[in-house]
Amino acid sequence: MSRTSPALAAGAVSALILIVFLVLWQFAVSGGGTAQNLDPEYAKLVGATASQGKSAMPGPLDVGATLWKHLRDPFYDNGPNDKGVGIQLAYSIARVLIGYGLAVLVAIPLGFLIGMSPLMNRALDPFIQILKPISPLAWMPLALYTIKDSSLSAIFVIFICSLWPMMINTAFGVASVRKEWLNVAKTLELGSVRTAWRVILPAAAPTILTGMRISIGIAWLVIVAAEMLVGGTGIGYFVWNEWNNLSITNVINAILFIGVVGMVLDQLMALLQRLVSYAE
Amino acid sequence: MPPALIKVEGLARRFPEPRGRGTLTVFEKIWFDVAEGEFVCIIGHSGCGKSTILNILAGLDEPSEGVVIVNGQQVQGPSLDRAVIFQGHALMPWLSALANVELAVSSRHRDWSSAEVRAHAERYLDLVHLADARFKKPSQLSGGMRQRVGIARALAIEPKVMLMDEPFSALDALTRGSLQDEVVAIRSRSRQTTFMITHDIDEALLLADRILLMTNGPSARIAEIVENTLPTDRVRSEMHKHPNYYPLRNHLLDFLVVRSRELAGGVGAPDDPRQVPVHRPVAGAMIHALPSRDEKSAEALRLAVPTR
Repeated sequence: MSRTSPALAAGAVSALILIVFLVLWQFAVSGGGTAQNLDPEYAKLVGATASQGKSAMPGPLDVGATLWKHLRDPFYDNGPNDKGVGIQLAYSIARVLIGYGLAVLVAIPLGFLIGMSPLMNRALDPFIQILKPISPLAWMPLALYTIKDSSLSAIFVIFICSLWPMMINTAFGVASVRKEWLNVAKTLELGSVRTAWRVILPAAAPTILTGMRISIGIAWLVIVAAEMLVGGTGIGYFVWNEWNNLSITNVINAILFIGVVGMVLDQLMALLQRLVSYAE
Repeated sequence: MPPALIKVEGLARRFPEPRGRGTLTVFEKIWFDVAEGEFVCIIGHSGCGKSTILNILAGLDEPSEGVVIVNGQQVQGPSLDRAVIFQGHALMPWLSALANVELAVSSRHRDWSSAEVRAHAERYLDLVHLADARFKKPSQLSGGMRQRVGIARALAIEPKVMLMDEPFSALDALTRGSLQDEVVAIRSRSRQTTFMITHDIDEALLLADRILLMTNGPSARIAEIVENTLPTDRVRSEMHKHPNYYPLRNHLLDFLVVRSRELAGGVGAPDDPRQVPVHRPVAGAMIHALPSRDEKSAEALRLAVPTR
């Protein structure tokens, strides 16, 4: 008996599950044949759903066909309501990266401060505890009112939702740097700046990256909802627009794209995480 | 005797008691000197505050009373002049062995180029026979190799004083032996002033010029100082053949097993803590000379020493 590698076996099972799912899907949505003998003109008028008992839900073949269409020309721009899915995703990714980048700039220094100073830790704790559980979308009206720009408001919402996991993890990582490493830094007279850069940052980096990975996941979850609210551009807006167009096929396509982009973002962070991780 | 490089004067460490109004004294009235080029070991049971004394010497901890003077200056905070070898290797796990040493070297010589830093660090890794493993991370090294990197890191900054906190206690006996040989070899090359905590009597006899014996805590103090009467060119495998070996070893063992407990809390301590009795156990002597002028404490010690 030949041994197959575990990865290969897992891949085969995954493929099998996918095929079973697609077949069941296709079977579930396909019509039960011609319901009645209808006048062809009339049948055409009422559509396949009514005339052949076909489900309004698109099957995998329909979705596959539109998917191919989207992938073949992702960047076309036919005006505000008809942009390629690549353009929409690019808008969403840009918003996430800007909001997330700003959050990194604020959360990591602030997390450092909280982690280094027990006083600041206690002083800021009540604020963090109250602000953290607020749904990022609850900030939306306030953001729209103060910023007066829907796109910037979406970026603000991403900023505020990415902030907390990064800040808390940074503070935790910094506070739990091993005492002996700090003692080494002291005996080597590294000074506070070099200690922060050469000892605390690399020691806390895996924990910080864990927070950053959680944050990018949350940011990608939130951008879809935020764009549904602010409208205009982005994959979230695209989903809502296609729902208004009653194009379930496009909605399913968009769901697929959201999932793939989310996975790519997460894997990028996982890659960074591996780069900074160390074995003790 | 060369001038004292380290002077420890009246060191004490007290904690406020958890609930009571009083204070708990871990150790007090600690006076001793370490001469330039001397290797001094301190032996005592856990809880007597040895590690705290070492941390105070390093500048990582502060005494409740007393001062430490190194090279004519009072110790205030850590310094590159006092390198510490920690019990756990305390290497940065994200840096290679070489980078760990380089971090120390670049901190000592801020104006050096990276090539100079690297050459200097490599020289010291070579000294502890780790040239081949220089690009490995601590997690890829054995316990003994990690501690060698720690030694290389401490030596590379060319400190005035080396402070070792039970550096080999976490290692297996074979590895410990080879690292002790390493320290002997390094000692024979440079008369590095060293203060070391140990639990291991043979380690103390192999390495130390003088051995400070601490009583049990609380209120621990240095009960006596034993001068190592073995010749200075000691070899681990030959040491036990010297006639002075067993008198020394028995004296230390007897202290650890019996007298450290009996003398706890300042029993039989001399009135002047600066006058710690000095012992020179040699073959043939029954009771060792006590230079103390205090008859009572001498009597107490004499009672405590079982005469063979």
